[in-house]
Amino acid sequence: MASEVLVPSSPAEAVELFGDGAETTVVGGGTIVVADISYGRLDPGRVLLLSHAGLDGVSVDGDTVTIGATTPINALLALEEHAAALAACARNLADYEIRGQGTVGGNLCVGANYDAPRGDLQGCLLALDAQVRSAGADGERTEPLEDFLTHRHGRLVLDVSFERPAASAFVALEYPHTHEYTVIAVTGARAADGTTRLAATGVAGPGARLRSAEALASDPAAAGAAAVGDVSFADDALASAWYREQTLPVLVRRVLSQLEESS
Amino acid sequence: MNLTVNGVDTSIESAPLTSLLDVLREELGITSPKAGCEQGGCGTCTVLVDGEPRRSCLTPVAAIDGSAITTVEGLGSPEDMAPIQQAFTHHYAAQCGFCTSGMMMAAQAYIDRGGTDDHEAIQEALGGHVCRCTGYVKIIDAVAATARGESFDVTVTAAGTSMTNLGGVA
Repeated sequence: MASEVLVPSSPAEAVELFGDGAETTVVGGGTIVVADISYGRLDPGRVLLLSHAGLDGVSVDGDTVTIGATTPINALLALEEHAAALAACARNLADYEIRGQGTVGGNLCVGANYDAPRGDLQGCLLALDAQVRSAGADGERTEPLEDFLTHRHGRLVLDVSFERPAASAFVALEYPHTHEYTVIAVTGARAADGTTRLAATGVAGPGARLRSAEALASDPAAAGAAAVGDVSFADDALASAWYREQTLPVLVRRVLSQLEESS
Repeated sequence: MNLTVNGVDTSIESAPLTSLLDVLREELGITSPKAGCEQGGCGTCTVLVDGEPRRSCLTPVAAIDGSAITTVEGLGSPEDMAPIQQAFTHHYAAQCGFCTSGMMMAAQAYIDRGGTDDHEAIQEALGGHVCRCTGYVKIIDAVAATARGESFDVTVTAAGTSMTNLGGVA
């Protein structure tokens, strides 16, 4: 059991107690960390509980949407008019109770090495070109989510923001089962200047951009075929790497056709 | 730490990271929330935290210090059952019973937020709850009946409902 449990009551106190993050386990909603503790996968020493840190809330300023780190997933359902893909991604995530408890920040920080993919929002927010504001050893910084995902350790997420896209679409593999894990999903976002960003969740590791597919966005079939070269695929309890590789082009094609319809 | 559990102010002695499920079952002896999968996937441990349905197995007690908790015991008593409890009994919505507490708490929250008898909406609201007896049809019937405002005259004795209803078959 944890030797020290800290419950900050303001964002500033959370940043101060987090410090350089060394030996500190951050608990947002608890949906991932508490299960890890219960199953003995994690034996935390110093724990920072963010339940009362005041890091939650969504704000919209012009075309900029900013989501606090401990905002629960279900709050994203209200962003339908700002980013349809993000609302659809949130609606697809787990179930009513988990969406009410799990947080956006936790979803961005969850690592790989589970028997099923975690971090459903990562692909969606990559496609939306989200920026992550975080604190840590060298102070506060804001960077693209794509960079943040490569060095999340030792960072405390404060908020994530994105510019409202001209159109966006989210497609997940339909997978009827008693569990609610997402096997694989693709998000596309089109900016006002017509550029398209594509990203996937549930391939291997964290969410990943599909750059080759983006370059071929005007040709959905070619984009789908190219996407498999952008990422690697994992075998896990939900699907084989082979199956994911067959599925990704289909999802890319569907996302691009939905984007076309809503642009 | 303090919790108000089914209307009773209660001081909590467990360690801060103890799950609410363990606090309820082990410290307070309230056993309607079940320890099913203990990783959030089955729904049997669901209770209301300040009116919102939450997985008690995933909730560190320190994160909800000062909150009001409602379990099935707080919905109604055998002599004075809440409508959702009457409906589950009337519709035979419990088979082995292990999922029933969690199902009823999620259903109560769904009713409280104005849920209708639309079956798809009920399925969505109960989507995180697994019934391994697969008795979903009767569960959804019970929630739909409650959403329509129906109540049932269900007689319950200390020996249980079924014995009373079956009259002598015991």
